[in-house]
Amino acid sequence: MTSVSPEYFLALAGLMFTIGVVGALTRRNAIVIFMFIELMLNAVNLAFVTFSRMHGTVDGQVVVFFVLVVAAAEVVVGLAIIISIFRRRRSANVDDVNLLKW
Amino acid sequence: MTFAASTLPTDEATFAQLIFGAPLLGAVLLLFFGKRLGKLSGIIGSATVGIAFVFGVLSFMDLTSIATGHGENARVLTKSWFTWIEVGDFNVHMSLVIDQLSIVMVFVITGVGFLIHVYSIGYMSSEENYGRFFAYLNLFIAAMLLLVLGDNLLVMFIGWEGVGLCSYLLIGFWFEDRANATAAKKAFVVNRIGDFSFLLGIFLLAVSAGTLTFAGINESAVSGAIGGSMATVGALLLFGGAAGKSAQIPLYVWLPDAMAGPTPVSALIHAATMVTAGVYMVARTFPLFEAASFDVLLLVAWVGGATAVITAIVAAAEYDIKKILAYSTISQLGYMFLALGVGAYSIAIFHLVTHAFFKALMFLGSGSVMHALDGETDVRRMGGLRKVMPITGWTFMMGWLAICGIVPFSGFFSKDAILAGAWADGQYVLWGLGVATAALTAFYMSRLYLRVFEGGVVMPEGTHAHDAPPTMAAALIPLGILSLAAGALNFPGGLTFEHFLEPVLGEPEVAHGLTAWLLGGAATVVAVGGIAVAWALYLRAGGLQVRDRTERMLGPAVRAARNKLYVDRTYETLILQPGRDLAVFCTEVVDRKIIDGAVNGTGKLVAGSSELLRRLQTGYVRNYAAAFLVGVVVVFSILIVRVAA
Repeated sequence: MTSVSPEYFLALAGLMFTIGVVGALTRRNAIVIFMFIELMLNAVNLAFVTFSRMHGTVDGQVVVFFVLVVAAAEVVVGLAIIISIFRRRRSANVDDVNLLKW
Repeated sequence: MTFAASTLPTDEATFAQLIFGAPLLGAVLLLFFGKRLGKLSGIIGSATVGIAFVFGVLSFMDLTSIATGHGENARVLTKSWFTWIEVGDFNVHMSLVIDQLSIVMVFVITGVGFLIHVYSIGYMSSEENYGRFFAYLNLFIAAMLLLVLGDNLLVMFIGWEGVGLCSYLLIGFWFEDRANATAAKKAFVVNRIGDFSFLLGIFLLAVSAGTLTFAGINESAVSGAIGGSMATVGALLLFGGAAGKSAQIPLYVWLPDAMAGPTPVSALIHAATMVTAGVYMVARTFPLFEAASFDVLLLVAWVGGATAVITAIVAAAEYDIKKILAYSTISQLGYMFLALGVGAYSIAIFHLVTHAFFKALMFLGSGSVMHALDGETDVRRMGGLRKVMPITGWTFMMGWLAICGIVPFSGFFSKDAILAGAWADGQYVLWGLGVATAALTAFYMSRLYLRVFEGGVVMPEGTHAHDAPPTMAAALIPLGILSLAAGALNFPGGLTFEHFLEPVLGEPEVAHGLTAWLLGGAATVVAVGGIAVAWALYLRAGGLQVRDRTERMLGPAVRAARNKLYVDRTYETLILQPGRDLAVFCTEVVDRKIIDGAVNGTGKLVAGSSELLRRLQTGYVRNYAAAFLVGVVVVFSILIVRVAA
């Protein structure tokens, strides 16, 4: 069985993570930011799985399950917040929500 | 010089604590209940001092009844209450001593003090704070008695500070008037300078002699246990304290201002008793002064002589009746220090006693005049008052003749003895100063007396002069008699007083034989001369023209004397103004700029930096996330670099 070298997986994971970071920092729409965060999480998941495979252990796989669970919970809470903000302000633009400062 | 050594057996002083306790009890009583007691407080205040006097007499009888089997020096009574300080070998006992010297002082304080208390009943009768006045007066008497009865420097110092406090309280008795409060403060501060010196002296003697009792210190001085230079410094420091309390150059400036207090206070504290504390202290510790390698006693004599002459000059130019008497007091205190300086200790004490009589008398007399003339103090607005108020006039005359040194008044004997002592000590210049002072004294006192009591009647308009009420007369008359007759204590030939004090103060060296007669004659001649000049200028018809002519001739000198020889102004420029400038510098520059600057600067730094830093907190989650990212990148970079290394 031919196997793809792990470097490609890691490179892909890095690329996805970078796209996620840049997207999360530059976009204004909360939903989109959310999606970029999910992208970063999955980039990390991919890296975990890759390392797990490389070292022949299941630790990484286990962590991925945790990440998925936490991400699901986070989505629930996060979307709820976004919706309630949207209800109040008719906007999902995060720059409108900047009261938490000095 | 003979000296009472501390090793001699002593007897218990039964009444010492009662002498001092009676007025103290009175003070406490009057301080707490003075308001409620009302007019009764004057009687209570006087009575406690009278009781103290009686205990003084009892102590005196005890003292004279002691068998003199141990030699003459054995006549010492002591009373020790408790050990106050005990550190290793160093002990200070709270103890009192009654010997010939302290009993004389007790008699002066309680005797003159009692008369002045009685006088105050009348003088202060219209005063609102009647009880407070007598409370302070009693407290003063108690403190003064502690001062003279203490058997060591520390107990003396308690009394010393106590009388200073009472002096302050009584000068500022009418403190509602700012000038009085200022005068009180001035007296307190100037005294403090002297007290500081005294305290340093006490420290030095505690270290060098290992004891603070007079007997112990004097013994170490005689035996040479306190070295020459140590004794010099100690004696100088003690004399600094004496100069402050007894108003000698350069610390005399407070006494004229102290006249702001009620007149009985001036008589009691600032003429008869407190201001003589310095004389008493130097007399108590004279072996220390003699042991000094530098001739401290000569310095004492010169300070005394200079003070006597200079303040007599100022007194001759004053117009305020109380100020004249105040400068006169300083001048007479100078005489006492002159006597101490030439080694005539018992004569200094003798002059202290006679001066207490005649100066207290004249102060009370001036108080009687002020009482009659609605508080007028300017002698130019008085005249011929002896006809209006005969008791005051006649008794004042006793005081006047006594201070001028006319035979047979008391002042003649004490002043003459001082001059004879200076001559016998070979201090002819000081003798000259003394004679000059005698002439000036006769002049200025005659100027005062003749202006106020002789000639045509002059009174400020609208005043209805009346003679002293009974209580005031009751003080004036005995003091008048004492001024006349106190010389009998120490008549030449008998010299009872000097011999009485001999065990404590030694035998003074005075001129004998023909010299004594010539000296006495010379002093009398200058005194009569001074009176004659005053008579020519102030009483004789045409005196005014002569006065004007002389004043024009001596223009600058008279102006200087009228301005108190510019001493107050010099102190103002040299000491007070720089002091004030320093205070301003401290507040304006040190406090406002440096200290406040540091405190406010810290605040400004924090506020300023937070002003900058809070810009980081934008409220945009994105920015925070970017910061996380940067942080993570930095941390990981470091980790990677370290792992790679």
